[in-house]
Amino acid sequence: MRQFLEGSHVVAEVVKLCKPGVISAYPITPQTHIVEDLAQMVADGELNAQFVNVESEHSAASVVLGGVAAGVRSFTATSSQGLIYMAEVLFNIAGMRLPLVMTCANRALSAPINIWNDQQDSISLRDCGWIQLYAENNQEVADFHIIAYRLSEDKSIMLPVMVCMDGFILTHGIESVDVPEQAQVDKFLPPYKALYKLDPDQPLTMGLLATPDYYMETRVAIQETMKGVLKLIPKISEEFRGQFGRDYKDCLVEEYYTKGADKVIIAMGSVCGTIKKVVDELRAKGKKVGLLKVISYRPFPYARLCEALKDVPRVAVLDKAVSLGAYAPLAAEIRAAFFGKKKSPKVISSFVAGLGGRDITIESVKEIFRKLTQKEISLEFIDLKPELLKEEYGQ
Amino acid sequence: MDNKTLFRPGHTACAGCGQVIAARLVIDAAGSNTIVVNNTGCLEVLSTRYPETAWSVPWIHSLFENAAAVASGVEAALIYLGKKDKINVIAQGGDGGTADIGLQALSGMLERGHDILYVCYDNEAYMNTGVQRSGLTPFSTNTTTSPAGSQSLGNIRPKKPLPEIAFAHGIPYVATATVGFIPDLQRKVKKAISIKGPKYIQIHVPCPLGWRHEPENTIQVGKAAVETGLYPIIEYENGKLAAVRKITPQPVEEYLKLQGRFKHLLKNPGQLKKIQEIADNNILKYGLKAEP
Repeated sequence: MRQFLEGSHVVAEVVKLCKPGVISAYPITPQTHIVEDLAQMVADGELNAQFVNVESEHSAASVVLGGVAAGVRSFTATSSQGLIYMAEVLFNIAGMRLPLVMTCANRALSAPINIWNDQQDSISLRDCGWIQLYAENNQEVADFHIIAYRLSEDKSIMLPVMVCMDGFILTHGIESVDVPEQAQVDKFLPPYKALYKLDPDQPLTMGLLATPDYYMETRVAIQETMKGVLKLIPKISEEFRGQFGRDYKDCLVEEYYTKGADKVIIAMGSVCGTIKKVVDELRAKGKKVGLLKVISYRPFPYARLCEALKDVPRVAVLDKAVSLGAYAPLAAEIRAAFFGKKKSPKVISSFVAGLGGRDITIESVKEIFRKLTQKEISLEFIDLKPELLKEEYGQ
Repeated sequence: MDNKTLFRPGHTACAGCGQVIAARLVIDAAGSNTIVVNNTGCLEVLSTRYPETAWSVPWIHSLFENAAAVASGVEAALIYLGKKDKINVIAQGGDGGTADIGLQALSGMLERGHDILYVCYDNEAYMNTGVQRSGLTPFSTNTTTSPAGSQSLGNIRPKKPLPEIAFAHGIPYVATATVGFIPDLQRKVKKAISIKGPKYIQIHVPCPLGWRHEPENTIQVGKAAVETGLYPIIEYENGKLAAVRKITPQPVEEYLKLQGRFKHLLKNPGQLKKIQEIADNNILKYGLKAEP
C-alpha cells in the first residue's frame, strides 16, 4: 500500500514484515526513529520479537550475533560512531558466517563531532565481510531490506548485509512509499531455518581458534562467496520484480542515460536523485550526460561497471567519504576496475562532496559536470570554503 | 567423578591448570541442556583449536569482552522460541575479560535481568597473553606489567571487588568459589541455575604458570587462599550475605610462600603486614572466622 512515510518508519515497517525474533539496538542519531518505532511495535504487540535494550553498540551487535547463532532471525540498526564501535563484532559476525541485516543510517565520523550525513562510517567498514547495499530513496530502503534478508540467509551466501541509507536525508525524509503486504513478503522471504545453530540436541562448537594452517581458507571462502553474491543479487532482484512489481534490474548498479553518454557521474545513495534531476535538465538541452548508481559496494561489481562505462569517454566519481592520504574510496575502485582494460574512459576524475552534511546541490552536480573535461582530476573537493581553509592552514 | 564429563580430554591446557578443572566442574554441574558462551582467553584457546573441540555442549566464542552480550542474545532467542525454561545459558570468561574489558557487557547483562549464569574464572592476571596485570590481580603481585623491581613491589592496587559490583546490580545470586573446594563449587553452580534471573559466580583458579607454583599444588594453593582469608568464599542471595565458608585463619605467608609471584615479599615485613591487613579486613567484613 502506498503511504507517505518517514524513512525511518519505512525501515521499521519492512523490518516488521520480515519478522525478526530478536532486535537489539543502542540509540544514536539519526538511527533512533527506526528503533523507537520497532520498540513501539513490540510494545503494542504488533511485532512478536524480543527487543533487547543494550548498553552499547558493541553489545547490540553481540546480542544479534547471539540471537542468530541460536537460530532466530535478528535485526539491528546504527550509525556513525556506533558502527565504528561495532566494528570488532561486525568482522566477527561475517567471519562466523551468520546471516544478519543491519540498517546503517549514514553519518559523518568524529572529530569534530558531526551528526549529519556522509558515508564515511560504512565506507570505513568496507573490508569487514558484510555485503553493503546503498539506497537512493526510501522505496529502495524498503525493498533492499527485504532483498537483504533473502540474500543473507541464502544457503550459498550466509553473510550479513548492511543496508545503507543517508542519515537525515533518507532517515528523516518523508516520501511516498509502497510498503508491501505481509502475504507478499511471506511468499518472498520464508521463515529463517538455520544451517547451524546452538542447540543442545545437536551440540556444535562455534567460533573456534584457527591456526595458520586453517585461517586463510576462511578468508578465501568469503571472497569466493562474494562472487556468488554478485550472481545471486540479480536473480533475487528478478524474483522481487515478479513478486512486488518493482524492477531493480541486476540490482548491482543502476544505469541512467549511460548509453551513448559523453559524461557520466558515478555515485552512491541519495545524491543520485539530485544527479538524475541534473541529468534530465542537461539532456533536455541536448547534453549527453548520465549517471551510474552503484548499489552494491560490497561486493563491488567491477565487471558490470566496466561493461556499463567502457564506451563513455569521461567519468566523474562522486564520493561522500575520503580515504585520508589516498584516492577517494569509490574513485579508487573505479580506477582499479578499468586498470589494464582495452576499452576504458579516457578520463576518470574524482570529486568529494557533502562531507559532514554539507548540501550537495544541483549547482554542485553541475559544477562536477563542468569540471569533467579532458584534464583528469586526481581528487578535488567540491563546495569548499576557502576562507575556512585559510583559517585552518594560515595560507 | 562422572566418566561422562561434558568437557572432554585432549585439550591443550597446562598441567595443573585450575581454570580447566573449574570449567569441567561447572559444565558437568550444569548438565547437557546448557549453551555456553565463552569470552576469548586461555579456556577458549585451549579447548577449541580447529578442527577439535573439548565441548560436548553447544558452545560459542565471539570476542574477548562480549560473552555476556552474546549470551543475552542467545537467551532472547530461546525466549522467542519458547525454549528458555528447558535450556541453561552460561556466559563465562577470565578475570580480564570479565572485570576489565568485559565489565560493561557484564553490567548490561546483569542490569537487564537475563536468565543467565555468568562464571568468572579468576586466575588474577591476563594469563593467555603472558601474565599481565588485570583489575583482579591482588595487591603487590609480581606480574609482567606490574613487575617487582628496585622501585616497585608489584601491583599497587587491591583486587576490584567484582562480586560486590555484581551484587550491587540487585541480582538474585552472587557467589565466590574455588577449585580448592570442589563440592562447594558444584553445589553453587547447581543452585545458581535453579534460580531465574542473572547470576554471578567468581571462581578462584590457580595458574601454575602465572603464579609460579608446582602443578600438583593447584588444589592446595586454592585452599590456602581461602584459609588465609585472602579469597573469601561467600554467597549473596536475595539481597543479603547468605553464607560464608568459615576458616581458622592462617597467616598470609602460608599462601604467599607457595607462589613465585609473591617471592619478592617474603623478606619484606612491611609489605607482608599490608597483605595481612587485607586478609584481616576480609575476615572481619564477612565474618569468616570459625567459632572455637
